[in-house]
Amino acid sequence: MDKMPAWADAVLVPLISILLAAILSALVILAIGESPTEALWLMIDGALMRSSGWGYTLYYATNFIFTGLAVSVAFHARMFNIGGEGQAMIGGLGVALACLFIPWPHWSLALLGATGAAALFGAAWAWLPAYLQAKRGSHIVITTIMFNFIAAAVLNYMLVNVLRPKGAMDPATAKFPEATHLPTFQDMFSTAENVIFRGSPANITFFIALLACVAVWVLIWRTRLGYEIRAFGHSETGALYAGISPVKITVVAMLISGGLAGLMALNTTMGEAERLVLNATEGAGFIGIAVALMGRSHPVGVLLAALLFGFLYQGGAELALWTNIPRELITVIQALVILFTGALDNMVRKPLESIFLSLRSKGA
Amino acid sequence: MDLATILQVLDSTIRLSTPLLLACLAGLFSERAGVFDIGLEGKMLFAAFFSAAVAAFTGNAWLGLVAGIGASLALSAIHGLASITFRGNQLISGVALNFLASGLTVLIAQTWFKQGGKTPTLEDGARFGEITLPFAETLSGVPVIGPIYAELISGHAILVYVALACVPLTWWVLYRTRFGLRLRAVGEAPDAVDTAGVSVVRLRFTAVAICGILCGIAGAYLATSLQPFFSKEMTAGRGFIALAALIFAKWRPWYALMTCLLFGLLQAVALRFQNIDLGAFTVPVQVMDALPYILTVVILAGFVGKAIPPRAGGEPYVKER
Repeated sequence: MDKMPAWADAVLVPLISILLAAILSALVILAIGESPTEALWLMIDGALMRSSGWGYTLYYATNFIFTGLAVSVAFHARMFNIGGEGQAMIGGLGVALACLFIPWPHWSLALLGATGAAALFGAAWAWLPAYLQAKRGSHIVITTIMFNFIAAAVLNYMLVNVLRPKGAMDPATAKFPEATHLPTFQDMFSTAENVIFRGSPANITFFIALLACVAVWVLIWRTRLGYEIRAFGHSETGALYAGISPVKITVVAMLISGGLAGLMALNTTMGEAERLVLNATEGAGFIGIAVALMGRSHPVGVLLAALLFGFLYQGGAELALWTNIPRELITVIQALVILFTGALDNMVRKPLESIFLSLRSKGA
Repeated sequence: MDLATILQVLDSTIRLSTPLLLACLAGLFSERAGVFDIGLEGKMLFAAFFSAAVAAFTGNAWLGLVAGIGASLALSAIHGLASITFRGNQLISGVALNFLASGLTVLIAQTWFKQGGKTPTLEDGARFGEITLPFAETLSGVPVIGPIYAELISGHAILVYVALACVPLTWWVLYRTRFGLRLRAVGEAPDAVDTAGVSVVRLRFTAVAICGILCGIAGAYLATSLQPFFSKEMTAGRGFIALAALIFAKWRPWYALMTCLLFGLLQAVALRFQNIDLGAFTVPVQVMDALPYILTVVILAGFVGKAIPPRAGGEPYVKER
């Protein structure tokens, strides 16, 4: 017998966790001598009341959709891919190489090529940790952490010693050719007399992120591979009895996860900066963990959580601009969300379960 | 390369190894008791900030140390609550605490000091000074041994010697006391410990607390000794290098010392020489940066001696009824 109805598990538990995180965040803002309600209004005003604010919110959300999906797919196979950051960095390298060294005739073809490169490079970076987990039993959390640092060193080397144009000072690649410029929301939705999304970085990659949500949903719940991934995640021995190869599922799930993380680079590198810079990922790989936990590893949940974090990011930037609250407030909120929805899940769940059980026994 | 240069590099090796060693031993206690801790980085950062802040306010390095340990213990308590009491995911809890420390330190530093997430530079009394061991002056005239004693062994902050003393102490506690036996047992087979009538929860909380204290000392060393101030993200991945060292050392104290000295040496060499010219080819500085992580992956892969973690590591203990 289920202890709780499905809607309570899927909606109520995360909502209460987020509420707890929000209350604590408000206390933090109070403690540093600012007003939480004013801060909230500033964030809403800066992120949601103008089209350019939405442009930034959706731009950040695009990153978090990709990294959130990446963590989710690994979660379904009961693996914790903490290496999204490194996979996204290497994915960015793939995007940069594809954009710089292939003469694309049109942005649509460039986008296709760069998508392939980003996914391929990201997946490749996830392959070795996956293989070591599957074949040698090396803990995937530790190896992916190590691979984040190794990726940072690789990227640093490539940008400083190999890809930096002659005479340039900052470690970054040359600007990508004009033909690889992706249409931004401003290009797509503005009319001659009415310019919207002015100057904001949201671009066509957002729709690729939405496609990725649909693709992950189909993969996990409508294909044989997805079934095998979920079966493996529920019980490794059970999956083995059913003839599912643990090695294959571990590696394939991590390749998909790494590929999704790599896709994030499309948005930051090709869509926004139009060159590869050192800190292109900006911690989005880690926010994917919060997004996946909050979204309960479901694409719809991931989409909503990514939008929330996009709002927090853009709102946080506005706060830093207009008040004495530094951007790091968002890191604190992110930490609280991970803490309550991930680590302290039972603290919220257990009392709720007993409430529902007692309600049911009264009704019966 | 002359003796003076070698001595300088080795001297900075010891300085840079100290925080790694303390954090590594901290992780050792926690993980030997079956509680994974990837929040070493966050605890060190938290401790670094509060030790520097309190030392700046009071002008006393020792009060700073106490504050650092207290701050680190607070994070340990949350980790214990999440991973022992509420049986949550220990890895996710660690990730959350790392972010919490990274955000809160800057937030509070900005509120208290308004220097862009830094603390003011500490005066002499507010930081741990260098200790000159007896006879360092008189012996420094003796060739080879003199400079080694005066430069390398003498002349470090007290916390360096504390860290080094922690190695035999950890070994003794772990392998020669009743508490140590139980601690190791609770990380391998908590049900057996429970059957013997020993509280799994209390043992694990104790281990997590010891981890917090050691991380606190490591953080205080960073901000009141290695550098005389706190700055944003000043741990710079040391918690993760310590984690790597712990695996490399296969969860054993003396090996932890060796590994931390090795990783400290890599940092010192990278700091001193940048790109190393070997004649035929140059070793770029990034290779030195990445080497601890690469070595750890190789060890984890089990091609050069397999690293086997404590068997019950990462698993919350559920009492049988």
